[in-house]
Amino acid sequence: MLYYQVLNFGMIVSSALMIWKGLMVITGSESPIVVVLSGSMEPAFHRGDLLFLTNRVEDPIRVGEIVVFRIEGREIPIVHRVLKIHEKQNGHIKFLTKGDNNAVDDRGLYKQGQHWLEKKDVVGRARGFVPYIGIVTILMNDYPKFKYAVLFLLGLFVLVHRE
Amino acid sequence: MNTVLSRANSLFAFSLSVMAALTFGCFITTAFKDRSVPVRLHVSRIFRKNVEDFTGPRERSDLGFITFDITADLENIFDWNVKQLFLYLSAEYSTKNNALNQVVLWDKIVLRGDNPKLLLKDMKTKYFFFDDGNGLKGNRNVTLTLSWNVVPNAGILPLVTGSGHVSVPFPDTYEITKSY
Repeated sequence: MLYYQVLNFGMIVSSALMIWKGLMVITGSESPIVVVLSGSMEPAFHRGDLLFLTNRVEDPIRVGEIVVFRIEGREIPIVHRVLKIHEKQNGHIKFLTKGDNNAVDDRGLYKQGQHWLEKKDVVGRARGFVPYIGIVTILMNDYPKFKYAVLFLLGLFVLVHRE
Repeated sequence: MNTVLSRANSLFAFSLSVMAALTFGCFITTAFKDRSVPVRLHVSRIFRKNVEDFTGPRERSDLGFITFDITADLENIFDWNVKQLFLYLSAEYSTKNNALNQVVLWDKIVLRGDNPKLLLKDMKTKYFFFDDGNGLKGNRNVTLTLSWNVVPNAGILPLVTGSGHVSVPFPDTYEITKSY
């Protein structure tokens, strides 16, 4: 009886994991769904909005696209818009970004001495958007007590509904 | 189980599913719409300097100055699923250094409810038009296009280019002093 439940639980977890990894392969991005963390792209995106990304190699980076990128050495992804691109004959692209709600471009955010971003810094391009849903993730990060409360309640729920 | 709690639970689940259905409906009813409209662009003044690029890599690069006009009617793009349009005027050209260059010269946010008819004259560029090198000198073909990013209430974020562009050549000579 308990064995069956554990197996059932294991099935659910592994199918969720497979769906996530499958999304990673289809979109070509290591993080196909991200939550917007700052207000630098307002009024288009606010904190807590969810973005769906793709990062296919056949889609070259062009101006106007909304890219999610990471600066070398930092782990927080940033969601901004491409302002300038310079592409060489061999396909190597260097580009500059700026948040819609920021007055200046992102050179102040890049590493010391870094003037451009490259394809390797990009996590993905935003192709789709759903508002508000990501608020839960932000709440769980800002208020860890809330996260523990949610996990505790979930555990309680699972135990109580044993049939 | 308390009946208040189970009622609250089913109410919550129901409202969540209704909201999800509405959101999906918003997305699917507008996913395949053509969001392009004709745009008229005109360039009235164009000149070039060659200075140290103070916005980034400190090398001497070409700095372009363009004064332009834009006429466009964006009214047909707005529908129940469009929250805002992010308009941007970009210059595209190729140089000896780089096969393709794209520079955004000017942008504007048009929210739903704002006046959708654009009648802009003698606009100056918002951002410095620095080239990566000296490729603007005598460049025959710098093409300006107006494009926009449609930001929906929920759904796809397409980049649409307006139909209508203008190609201008840059002069061979540098301007030393010219008011802009």
